[in-house]
Formats: sequence, structure tokens, C-alpha cells
Amino acid sequence: MTRPTRIQMVWALLLALTIAALFIQGATDWIVAFPDQWVVPITPWLNSGMAWFIDQFGAAFRAFSAAVGVPMKAVRDLLNWLPWSVTLTLVTLLAYAVSGLRLAIFSFFAILYMVVIGYWQESMNSLALVAISVPVAVTLGFVLGALGYLSRTAERILQPMMDMLQTIPAFAYLLPILLLFGFGPVVGLIASILYAFPPTVRNTMLGLSRVPEEVVEAGLMAGATSFQIFWRVRVPIAMRQILLGVNQTTMAAFSMIIVASIIGGTADIGWEVLSTMRKAQFGESLLAGLVIALMAMVMDRITWAAANPKRTPQDAEYWRRVKIWGLAIAFTLGVALLSQAIPALAEYPRAWEYYPAKHLNDVIDYIIVEFSASIATIKNTAFFFVMLPVKIGLTQTISPFTWGFEFTDGLRMAYGAGAAVLTLAIWAWRGMNGGLLTAFVATLLYFGLTGLPWPMLVAMATLLGWQLGGPRLALGTFLGLAFLLFAGVWPQAMLSVYLCGLAVLLSFTLGAGLGILAAENDAVSATLRPFNDTMQTMPLFVILIPFVMIFKIGEFTALLAIMAYAIVPAIRYTEHGLRNISKETIEAATAIGCTRGQLLWRVKLPLALPVMMLGLNQTIIFGIAMLVIAALVGTSDLGQRVYIGLGNGDFGVGIVAGFGMAIIAMIADRMTQSWSLARQRALGLIAK
Amino acid sequence: MAMNHKDVKLSCRHLWKVYAEDRAPYFKDEVRTGDAPTLAARLSEDGAIPAAVDVGFDVHVGEIFVIMGLSGSGKSTVVRCLSRLVEPTYGEVLLDGEDLLKKNKKELIDIRRHKMGMVFQSFGLMPHLNVYDNIAFPLSLQGVSRAKREERVGHVISLVGLEGRESAFPNELSGGQQQRVGIARSLAIEPDVWFLDEPFSALDPLIRRQMQDEFLRIQLMLKKSIVFITHDFLEALRIADRMMIMRDGRVVQVGTPAELIINPADDYVSDFTDEVPMVRVLKAEDVLDPDATPTNGMPEQDCKTDVEALLPLLASNKDGIKIMRGDTPLGVVTANSVIRALAHQDKRRGAETPHPEAAAQ
Repeated sequence: MTRPTRIQMVWALLLALTIAALFIQGATDWIVAFPDQWVVPITPWLNSGMAWFIDQFGAAFRAFSAAVGVPMKAVRDLLNWLPWSVTLTLVTLLAYAVSGLRLAIFSFFAILYMVVIGYWQESMNSLALVAISVPVAVTLGFVLGALGYLSRTAERILQPMMDMLQTIPAFAYLLPILLLFGFGPVVGLIASILYAFPPTVRNTMLGLSRVPEEVVEAGLMAGATSFQIFWRVRVPIAMRQILLGVNQTTMAAFSMIIVASIIGGTADIGWEVLSTMRKAQFGESLLAGLVIALMAMVMDRITWAAANPKRTPQDAEYWRRVKIWGLAIAFTLGVALLSQAIPALAEYPRAWEYYPAKHLNDVIDYIIVEFSASIATIKNTAFFFVMLPVKIGLTQTISPFTWGFEFTDGLRMAYGAGAAVLTLAIWAWRGMNGGLLTAFVATLLYFGLTGLPWPMLVAMATLLGWQLGGPRLALGTFLGLAFLLFAGVWPQAMLSVYLCGLAVLLSFTLGAGLGILAAENDAVSATLRPFNDTMQTMPLFVILIPFVMIFKIGEFTALLAIMAYAIVPAIRYTEHGLRNISKETIEAATAIGCTRGQLLWRVKLPLALPVMMLGLNQTIIFGIAMLVIAALVGTSDLGQRVYIGLGNGDFGVGIVAGFGMAIIAMIADRMTQSWSLARQRALGLIAK
Repeated sequence: MAMNHKDVKLSCRHLWKVYAEDRAPYFKDEVRTGDAPTLAARLSEDGAIPAAVDVGFDVHVGEIFVIMGLSGSGKSTVVRCLSRLVEPTYGEVLLDGEDLLKKNKKELIDIRRHKMGMVFQSFGLMPHLNVYDNIAFPLSLQGVSRAKREERVGHVISLVGLEGRESAFPNELSGGQQQRVGIARSLAIEPDVWFLDEPFSALDPLIRRQMQDEFLRIQLMLKKSIVFITHDFLEALRIADRMMIMRDGRVVQVGTPAELIINPADDYVSDFTDEVPMVRVLKAEDVLDPDATPTNGMPEQDCKTDVEALLPLLASNKDGIKIMRGDTPLGVVTANSVIRALAHQDKRRGAETPHPEAAAQ
């Protein structure tokens, strides 16, 4: 055992204080529950502020809303007026032009699915929303991004704004938009623009600033004016990065389709998914959800292919394009004419539709009935032995109804003694940090996250912030948590941390394991890739559907849904980190005589750790994003508060909860990022 | 040196570039009166960064002027000051007698469009344009007509030997080919002054040598006034008409390669020259024998011939070799004069070589 550092001493002190406080004061005292009389009435203030604002400026917003409604309706009418066969042809040919035969075939069947299933009109209404919101969001994003690049002041204002817009759950700002702009599809449009434009801003700024200095100098020496440098040097070179932003913007717009339909629900696919899910018609909602997923995938692949063109010698490329576009126009016109002659091509006959919702429901019912015992066992085991101890602690979980026996004083003593012995053993074996961590986990499991005293939790988080990112991060952490306390949402915030934390822990462990397998084995990698791609383009809502079908509503379902979505970055980053270790290092280790296991554990993993930490960062962000959606299946955390605020039209409640989630997300984000950066610097992977 | 080099094309006087100048508010006053090395030392002490310190030199018409220095010596800063890619803090840059630093933005763009070309170390090619469009880029910025553009681009493409690669993109080319594009692009506007910032440093040694030869061949045809930056002393010797050695932002020595080798200004310069095989650097004109007179039987050689190439001839011609500049005889090189020149050089090299008296015993 080496002498403990000062920070380790502080940690030990905090832990000791926590345990002491819990035993001396008892669990109901102010030290566990933040006193009500200290809560600042932020919510009513916000509500009256909003009321005043609407009073003053509401008319202007509504006028704007009416103005935007016109082009939106025009696009909607146009898409509905176009015969399905023409749209199908256009999309397929577009996919062929930017990518090739495979994407064309996929697009063809995806669009055909929408027709055959009988959701054509709804699909086109949703597409209209995206078709308007994406160009607006991209234009807005490009202008702001260029501004942020050109002016440091603008950048300083934009960065935190983008952080906020992307971490505050979209649900939270649906209501203010609703209050300002009134009901209707326009609300969905504005919400989806707000949610979708930040990626374009970020990628535009990044792309413009990454143009090599020498190329710009070459442009200057060629006598380019500032205008020419921007439009003829910087923008074309940054174009790939900007298009990547456009791709992300498109995906964000799609993921907002269902969310937007909660307030602006009209005859579109989002509404279809939501209403069927509320009626527990899972077959129907799965079929409708698949439409959105397919639409998103087609758009994703097309915009991605446009951003990453395969470069062929230019003359050949030119003629190929001319040929394809000529063919496309001719073919589309032909199909259009044909659809005039054959009505079935203009409007798909009802009789030909195939709607297998009933069969699907039957299958689901069969599974649920047949496997009810095992489903219940899985659910209960997870709930009683994993989720509840973390949430409310062993002391409240263990009872004859759950674990089958009483948590007697003797057992309690035994637990305490066991924890102490384990702590000391690990301290001796792996150093003091390990011992402290063990002690913390033992305490956490005994009292549960919601049973730990808030002053200690705030102090520990602040200390962690200090260790990872210095005084600024510590201050930010402290202020953010103070907001949660004084806004009176601490208990819900802790529930969010518990649910999301558990999901992140599990999905990161599982995901890292899969990522290691994928990095070591090409076959595993090839198998996982389509799964990852699909999950990442799948709108959040749709992921929820299969889990609700089988496990019904409840926290366990929410946990699984969050895990399903958050596991993807864990897999991807782990594989990426492991596969991108310098060849020389591995050759050196092999030459020294590492076995495969030693190579993995003692060389590859430590080197890949910083990248894996970025994966953890993404896992957390993804988890929090899914948390709000998961609130629909019955949780009691901040996500649920956001949802309640929306349901009751209580602006203050929703926005405070949304802000709270943003705070948690940002603290977690900054901490993991600083940690990863520090590690990368220590390993010499990036410049100091 | 050749006679036609005497007209000055480009020169700079008392050129300073100071980064973080706000750390030294006294700079603007003291630079007029103060002693440059003292001022530079004071600047560094106060946290300002003097990247170019009181730099002055002339580049003559049709001359290859090489600025040689190790990284951080300020050579790149100086060449960027000459084109105002980097704004000098103080001094004058005269192009055809006019101060560039007094030009406004519009005039500067005009000068860059018509009078200057630059080649970059990492090529600086536009990744989104193919070879043809990259080379045509400066012309298209000026709105040169398509026909004229095609003619000029076609001309420089054949000059650098890139025919047939017009539609390739930079990432499909080797480093050497990419730099050919860079060279062609900088020549497309037919500049008077040609800046080359370590143009061959990113290339493999064999390719580098080949590109140097091509560069000399092109210069023989075009006769541009050139500022060539390099950190490679041998490269500088190979191509320079005159060269300047820089260290810590200051000029250490200016002269022809032979002058530098025969009379290095200080230990820093002689550190470079020590390793140089003398017979390859000295030219016939540097080792003329003052006592010999040309006779008709002697073989003739150009005054720019390497001494190394003269050695076999000297072995079979005891009287010497007649050295010509163009059609006029310049003098005679004899075995004696060569040995004398090399011996003189060895004496300068000091401790590492055996003492002449010791060698005589």
C-alpha cells in the first residue's frame, strides 16, 4: 500500500461521512431528501414569463406559422398528387445515380413496402415534413456555421446553444413551440427544424476550419479575393464534411417525425405509430414504424453516398451522369404517362394492399402466452436482483416477497463485514482507488442511489469533475447539480441517473465485449455491422415497439430499450479503437512474445481505452436521448416529468425537467471527454 | 557571376516579423534606432516572438536565390512576408522598385494574379479539382477566357511533363506528380517572381534529385527570378546562384555557394560546409590558375563545370584546361591550381584535418 494522495483522502472522507450520516440521521432526514421549503419556485416564474411573452408576441408567431403553412401544404399536395409509381421510379433512380445497383434495389423495395402496406398517403405526408424541414435546417445550419467560422464571437455564442439544443430532449421544447405557434403540422415542422439544424452548423464550422492552411495560401497566391477564397476554396474542400452534417440533419429530422406528431398529429406515419401504440396494437405500430425506419434508411444511405462519391476519372464520370440523368428523366416521364393510362399505377388499388397486422399480432400473442413464464422470470430477476438494489438499495429490496427471505440484522452485519473485508482486500491488491470504488459500490447497493444523501453526492460529483477536468468542470458540475436541487427535481434526476446509468453500464460492458470480438474476428464484425447501421438510423420510437410488445410497460422495458439503442456506439468505438492501433506497436509486442490474450489485455486495450471512452461518452448521450422516449412506457424520472409537462400544457414543468436532463447529459459528456483527452495526451496519441 | 544578373528584381530591407507584438509595445519606436540583435533579444525576453529580424537581401533578375536554414530559422516567414501571406511587422519589400507593403488589398491581389507564383511544401493542391482545373485555377479566378486558359494550361502541362494526366485528381497522383501540378499551377500565370517553399522536401531522395534537375531545366528556359527555400544544404548548393543562410530569424551570410564554402562567416555556416565534398561544389571558374595562360592545344570547358568533372581531363593534360565563358576564354585551370584551392580549403577546416606541418614531416 502506498501513501494515499490528497484527493484519495477526500474521497475516503466523503464516503465515511456518507455512511455516518445515513446511520446517525436516519434515512428520512433532510440530508437524504432536499427540504421542500428550500426549493425555488422556478416553474411558476417560467410559466408567467411565458404567458407574458405570448401575450406580447403571440400574434407575430402565429402569423409566421400561417406563412410557413403555405409552402408546407404545397409540398404535401405535390407529393400526394404525384402517382406512386413516379415517386418510386424517381427515388430508385436517384439511389442508383448516387450509389449503385444495391441501394437502388433496397430503395425500390422500401418504397414499394409503403405502397403495398397501404400507408402511402401517410408516408407522403411525413415525407413532406422532412422535405421542407431539411432544406430549411440545412440552409439555416450552413449560414450559422459559416458565421461561427468567420467570427469568434459568433462561435462562442453558437457552441453552447448547439449543446443545449441537442441535449434538451425535443419533447421539452415542443410545448413552447405549441404555445407560440398554435396547433397543426407547422409545429412539427418547426420542432423538427430546431432539432435537426445543429449537426449542419457543427459540421460546417468543422469543415471550414479544417481546410489545410497551405491550400488557402495557394489560393491567396493565385490572387483570390476573400469572396473567392470562401466560395471557391474553403466551401468546396469542406463540402464532404458539410454533407456529412446534412446526412445527420436528415436523420434528426426523421427521428422527429413521431415526436412531432404528438402535438401536430395529423394523418402521417408518426401519428399512426403513436396512436396504435397507445391502443396496444403492436402489430400495427410495428408495421407503421417500419415505414419510418425504411424511409430513414433510404434517405440516410442516399445522402451518405452523395457525401462520399466514388471518384472515377472525370470524363467517364461525366458521361455516366449524363446517361443516368437522361435515362431517369425519360423513364420517369414514361412511367408518368403510363400511370395516366393505367389507373393502378397512379393510385394503388385497395384490393392489392396487404396488411399483415393481424397475423403479426397473433404471432406476438402466441409468443407472449407460450413463453409467459420465462418472460416473467427474466423480468422479475432483473428487477429484483439488479434494478431495485441500485434504485432503493438492498435494505429496502430484500423481503420474503422478492428475495424469498428477510434482511435480518445478522445479515445486515454480515453484509457490512463482507463489504469491509472486500474493500480492504481490493485496496491491498489493486491500490486505494480500487478500494474506494468497492466501498462506494457496496454503500450504493445497500442504500440505493435514491437513498444516498444529496450533499455527499453533489460533493462527490464536484470532486470527480475537479479530478477529470479541473476547476472549471468542477464549478460547472456544482452549479448544474445545484440547479437540480433548487428547482426541486432532484429525486427525479436521481431516478434518471439510476435508469440511464444502469443501462449505460450494462450496454457498455456488453457493447465493449462485442466490440472486442468484432475487432478480433472479421466474421463477427461483418455480422454486427448491419445491426449497428440499422439501429443507428432507426427512429428512437420504433426501437421501443418490440420491447413493449413482449415485456409490456415498466422500467425494465425502458431499460432494455435504452440499452438497445445505446449499445451501438459502445460496439463501434471499441472495434474502431482496437483496429486502429499502430501496426508497429502490435508487431513490437508480438516480437517480444505476447500471447494473443496478453496482446489484447496488456497492449491493445490500454491503447484503445481513450477511444473506448469516447464510445462511453456517446453511449451516455444516446442513453439520455432514449430516456425521454422511454418515459412513454412508464418511468418516474425526469423524462416522465417532461412528458407530464407536455400532457398538462404546463410549460414550466416540462422545460425545467428538460433542462435538468440537459444538465446531466452535459456533465457526463464533459467528464468522459476530459478523461479521454487526458488519456490520449498521456499516451501521446494527440498533441499536448 | 553572369552579367545580366545585376538588375534587382525583388529586394527587402530591414524586414521584421514579430509575433505577439503586443508584449513589446516599444518595438515600433526602437526598431528605427536600436541595434537589431539587442532588440531581438529583448523581444524574446518579453515573450514576443521575433521570427524575422532585420532581414535584407536582393534578388536579381533571372537568378535563383536560395534561403537556407533549419526549421524555425524564419525562412518560411521571410518568403511569406515577400508575398504578404504573412504581414511583415516592419520593413520594406520592393518589387521592381515599388514597396509592396504600401499596396492596398486590391493592388496586392492584382500583383499576385500577374507577377507572383508560389510552390508549397505539401503541394497545396485543391483536392476537389482535377489536374487540369487545379492548374487553371489561378486563371479562372481572373476570368481568363476559355481558349486562352486552355493554351496556357496546355503549355505548362507539357513543360512539367504531365500530359495525359489532366483528368486525374490529386489523391491519385504520386508526390512527385503532385508537385509537378503545383509547379505548373504556379507557372500558369507566367509570373516574374517565383517563390518555392521547400518544394521537394516532402519527396523521396531519388525523386527529389530528379525534380531538382527538372527544375533547373525549366529555369534554363524561363529565366524567372526565384526565391527558393530549403533546409537541405546540398540542395541549396546544387541549385543556387546565390544563397542566404538564416538562423533564429537572422541573416547569417549571403553569397555564392563557392564564397560560402571558401569563406564561411562563422562556425554555424562551416558546420554545414565541412561535410560538403569540395570537388563537387567548386566550379572551374573558382579554381583558375593566375600564372597560366591559355594556349591553343588545351581542351575547352565551360566555366560552370564541376571541378570533379575536370579531374580526369587534368590527369591527361599537364598544361591545363582552357575555361570558357560563352565564346570568350576566361583563364586556365591546372592541376596545381586545383590542389591549391582544395588545400586552402582544408586549412580553413581546422582541427579535424591534420596540421600541414605535421603532414609534411
